[in-house]
Amino acid sequence: MSSHARTNLRNGLLFCLPWLLGLTVFLIYPLCAAFYYSLCDYSVLLPPVFIGLDNYLDLAKDPLFWRSLGNTAYFATGSVSLGLLVSLSLALLLNSKVKGVGLYRTIFFLPSLMPVVAGSILWMWMYNGQSGLINTALRALGINGPAWLADPNWAKPAIVIMAVWGAGNAVVVYLAGLQDVPVSLYEAALIDGAGFFQRLFHVTLPMISPVIYFNVVLSIISGFQAFTQAFIMTGSTGAPERSTLFYVLNLYNVGFQDLRMGYASAMAWVLFVLILLVTFVATKLSQRFVTYDR
Amino acid sequence: MASPNPLTRTSPLIHLPLVVLATVFALPLLWLLLTAVQPREQVGKIPPEWLPRRAFIKVGQETVTVTPPVPVGSDKLVVVPSAGPKQGKHLLVEPADFHDEHVTLRNQVADRVLEASYPARLEQAVPAHFVIVKEWFLSKYTAREARVFYVEPSAVERAISPVFGNYPEAVRALTVSEKDKSRPLAELLARSSLPWTHKGDRTKTITFLTYLGNTLLVALLSVLGTLSSSSLVAYGLARIPWKGRSTLFSVTLATMMVPFPVLMVPLYGVFRSLGWIGTLLPLWVPTFFGGAFNIFLLRQFFLTIPNELSDAARIDGCSEFEIFWRVILPLSRPALSVVALFTFLSAWNEFLAPLIFLTEPETFTMALGLQQYQSQFGGSEWHLLMAASALLVMPIIALFFFAQKTFIQGISTTGMGGR
Repeated sequence: MSSHARTNLRNGLLFCLPWLLGLTVFLIYPLCAAFYYSLCDYSVLLPPVFIGLDNYLDLAKDPLFWRSLGNTAYFATGSVSLGLLVSLSLALLLNSKVKGVGLYRTIFFLPSLMPVVAGSILWMWMYNGQSGLINTALRALGINGPAWLADPNWAKPAIVIMAVWGAGNAVVVYLAGLQDVPVSLYEAALIDGAGFFQRLFHVTLPMISPVIYFNVVLSIISGFQAFTQAFIMTGSTGAPERSTLFYVLNLYNVGFQDLRMGYASAMAWVLFVLILLVTFVATKLSQRFVTYDR
Repeated sequence: MASPNPLTRTSPLIHLPLVVLATVFALPLLWLLLTAVQPREQVGKIPPEWLPRRAFIKVGQETVTVTPPVPVGSDKLVVVPSAGPKQGKHLLVEPADFHDEHVTLRNQVADRVLEASYPARLEQAVPAHFVIVKEWFLSKYTAREARVFYVEPSAVERAISPVFGNYPEAVRALTVSEKDKSRPLAELLARSSLPWTHKGDRTKTITFLTYLGNTLLVALLSVLGTLSSSSLVAYGLARIPWKGRSTLFSVTLATMMVPFPVLMVPLYGVFRSLGWIGTLLPLWVPTFFGGAFNIFLLRQFFLTIPNELSDAARIDGCSEFEIFWRVILPLSRPALSVVALFTFLSAWNEFLAPLIFLTEPETFTMALGLQQYQSQFGGSEWHLLMAASALLVMPIIALFFFAQKTFIQGISTTGMGGR
């Protein structure tokens, strides 16, 4: 190794030292430890006792685990698809050279800045069965609104709606993507006689598909981690009738309320593998739907 | 003049869906801000009222803010007994109970009604169509007794009058003296743990301002930590060609896939063995060791800076650190401000980590303090909850208007919204 390469190696390692430490202590060690704990009976207060795959076998038979997994899948799919639909439509509307784009963009974006704790408390008030704004609006339309957060059929949709309200940051992302699409492409399409929908499906959407893909994957991953909304709006038990018991909420209860840290670690690893799997599938799908060549 | 090109032509009709949707998006925030300045008794009205209104009456020269009027219903008398248990009090009685300067008072003891007569003077005759109003106080818990007035309905005026006092009231109210009972872990550990993990100091008064201080401390230290560590590491990955850097970069990218909930159980163990549970340390110390996403972001930016600049500095005798400090960092202000902004936001909004690691009310962040208050006293004091939520949101909104460009830039280049 030349002295130059050796200096570079030394400097490189020195510059990366904080991260090498951080990576080891705050990521790799906990990830491995979580895997070890997942094979143990462990309650922080006592040292872990190895029990093999029992935690995973118990998980497979645990109705709460399946319930929370289903709830989370519902929430992630619902909030991601509705969020995509709403924010993409808004971005398309804003991209049509209207006056006051800045003002509209600010209005759509501001809710996404809301701290989840404050947002959840605000939406509890919005969803209030008697004097909430939502049911008042419905009453004005002649509809008798449900009890929302107190109704097992409506609690999850309620949390999805709140998530869509807070997805305005995607409008900014999509709008930026749309503004990067070269005008020459539209002009060419126009000369070929393409109508509005042909331009949308053959020019606009393919051109911003990488942005959409990236945003959708990130939203799914964060959707799987939903915790705070349910914890605040419907309590740590995921009331009513466990309809809002999300995966991470269940994990928190098992680990930090029941002190079954080994079982919680098994849940954590299942979540990790699920997220890897979802990302992998999304990437595979993206090869079919996402256009990268410009 | 309308342009013939359908690409640049916009129908003004497009404002219709935009205005409707913008209203839908803005209404919850507007309702938050309006509920936050409503008087307590206006909150929860059916149908809800938007603008904060209070009732007023004129008493001589003085204008008194009063509670909403309640009808008297039937003819009554206001009398003041000069003896007995209610001596000196203004009492509203049936006309039949007052005669010959004496009032008959009834007192129910178990299933018997005790009657007693006391000398009294007539203060005011109250016709059936009158209304009762009480002097209005900001707080439910006021030492002074509210004055009561019996007046003509037309004497009560309602006017738009925001109660900004809800804000200081919320700051006072959001005092959590005791940890939420639904969190047994903290109590368990407080009993079993090493002495220095128990940071409780019950003599201090904890207010929303304590939470604000904690939140600011964590957020600012996180910004400092993230900026210093992530930029160093990003420099090492982007601008020094060393063996193993591409491996480290791939590993860094891969760790972006590991969500916090997966790590929280072992991290709890790590921080517990360090004696950091119950302190703010777990929330900001890790930021001094870099974060995958910020390293990635800064590396991408550093790669765009021409190598000639570094080479020129190297010829001038600059060390690697001097190149980083004097050449690269000054050129990277846009990327650094995006990282700083998003780090501040996520520290300000973070809830799960504080919930797990903070066990003592004096270390609570605003988000945690608000949730704890909500879970103990929520469901009724909506005006105070909204005021407190507004206090949590307003700094962020102010920040947005100051740094709008950085926000929009950061979000459109990173594809993320600071979450």
